[in-house]
Amino acid sequence: MTAKRDPGPASIAKAATGIEGLDEITGGGLPRGRPTLIVGGPGCGKTMLAAEFIVQGAVRHGEPGVFMMFEENAEELAANVRSLGFDLDKLVRQKKVALDYVRIERSEIEETGEYDLDGLFIRLAHAIETVNARRVVLDTVEALFSGLSDHAVLRAELRRLFRWLKDRGMTAVITGERGANSLSRYGLEEYVADCVIMLDHRVNEQISTRRLRVVKYRGSAHGTNEYPFLIGTNGLSVLPITSLRLDHPAPAERVATGIPGLDRMLAGKGIYRDSSMLVSGSPGTGKSSVGASVANAACARGERVMLFAYEESAAQLARNMRSIGIDLERWVKMGRLHIHASRPTLQGLEQHLVFMYQAVRDFEPRVVVVDPISNLSLDRDDSGLKPTLMRLIDFLKQSHVTAVFTSLIGDTGAALAESQIGVSSLMDTWLLLSNLEANGERTRALQVIKSRGMPHSNQVREFVFTDQGIELIDVFAAEGKVLTGRLRLGAQGVPVADRGALAAVAAPAKRKARR
Amino acid sequence: MKKSVAVESGKPVRPVKAEWQLRLYVAGQTAKSAAALRNLQRLCETHLAGRYEIEVIDLLVNPRLAAGDQILAVPTLVRRLPPPIKRIIGNLADTDRVLVGLDIKSGELPAA
Repeated sequence: MTAKRDPGPASIAKAATGIEGLDEITGGGLPRGRPTLIVGGPGCGKTMLAAEFIVQGAVRHGEPGVFMMFEENAEELAANVRSLGFDLDKLVRQKKVALDYVRIERSEIEETGEYDLDGLFIRLAHAIETVNARRVVLDTVEALFSGLSDHAVLRAELRRLFRWLKDRGMTAVITGERGANSLSRYGLEEYVADCVIMLDHRVNEQISTRRLRVVKYRGSAHGTNEYPFLIGTNGLSVLPITSLRLDHPAPAERVATGIPGLDRMLAGKGIYRDSSMLVSGSPGTGKSSVGASVANAACARGERVMLFAYEESAAQLARNMRSIGIDLERWVKMGRLHIHASRPTLQGLEQHLVFMYQAVRDFEPRVVVVDPISNLSLDRDDSGLKPTLMRLIDFLKQSHVTAVFTSLIGDTGAALAESQIGVSSLMDTWLLLSNLEANGERTRALQVIKSRGMPHSNQVREFVFTDQGIELIDVFAAEGKVLTGRLRLGAQGVPVADRGALAAVAAPAKRKARR
Repeated sequence: MKKSVAVESGKPVRPVKAEWQLRLYVAGQTAKSAAALRNLQRLCETHLAGRYEIEVIDLLVNPRLAAGDQILAVPTLVRRLPPPIKRIIGNLADTDRVLVGLDIKSGELPAA
């Protein structure tokens, strides 16, 4: 990322769009008093972005606006905007927004000699005066090209129009269809040179994602990446995340994980608040249970928790966790725990992120559990996963959220650790769960691979489910060998018949740990 | 027997409705609008003598009518009667196209 950080004192004035994230990318909004071009293919959200710019201006920034539309009529626009939760009709009645639908039907127009577009100017000027507008949208002015045959006149008039808007100090948004060889089909970027934003709607592996990129912003630094955005029920949100700086605070406070044995391994105090923990493991090693334990412990402390479940439904998760003595339903009923269960393939990776972002903003949890992150991407080599996770982690840290991510990995030794390298460097604490198979018995084991900023145990612990949660059992070494499962019990002199009995021995260990 | 009237305010002077109701939208007294009115009057006298009424609307005086009547370019000539409504933009210099646009003459122009 090479974006310049300091816009300097001579930075140009900006008009906030009020669109989540877009103002961050642009360092404050669109260039004030100048036109901005928004280009994109059909259905990529140009009109929605423009409409939100006008509505937010009128509602939140005290800047009335004019929306001049060339393709939709006022009712259609109002209906579309209503889907974003804005009442356009009311704003029109309050004289905060003026709408003008310019209808062009080529078949109804005969051209018979010289003309200019003064009619359009007069309409616009009249609308601007009516509401004392500071913002103007032309959506999409390119429709004129199909309505009028004399493109030379049209181009001259558009040039005059943009100049005219500038002279009046209007912060304007001009939308345009994306062109094959130029940014916009009719080369509007030639006239609107101050700021160009491109919207894109791509379908990859049958999953669609909208993206936004600031192509150009004269006189201002701006984020240069493509940013995913979502058109949700509260309008647009762009995800600017991938913070340029690592400047989130690092609280020294520690929080318990809900697994006393694990807390003991982490210097007896658990993980840092606002840190992120990765729990990776092969199938059936108890990743979800670790996540649920952390959630349960946080709820017990009275904190709000949000759990994103991508493998199980909320009810299924609650039932399964009940079997190890974790009652999630209680917290859900109390409103402390929100479980969002969905199929990961429901949306694109980035849209998941936008959704999480919104959900976290709304609920303001202290702890977030994502179970599992590995399911968010169908494609194992998805290059999008790491930046997306980075954005999520940055966002969660800045929101003062302690995060737990589980991740499914294959069951083969070295490859197992390697498969996590992409994301593990983003994590503060990394737990590895594995299956140990020896002497005709499979037992589970947990190890702390890393935990930044605290001493932690390097030993492998045996990981046992009890009806009171997860127990970690200290290594039992006998005759120079680490024993787990029945072998351990045998060596400890406990007669056992089945695995359920493992817990019976684990339980006293717990009581002792709690003093 | 001249029936053409130029009305600045946009209100017609006489209540009697002629068979052809034409409206010319202009923006101020420009060369283009003057040419358009001149061309229109000449054409009407030739083809619609006694059956027409022209109303000139200056959008600088009545800006609200620009949106109400879907005016984009000026000058714009609108045939309000007889139906259907027709729009012709430009200074009306191309008489043949105006005649076609107004349905005074059929679409097939005589070969040059």
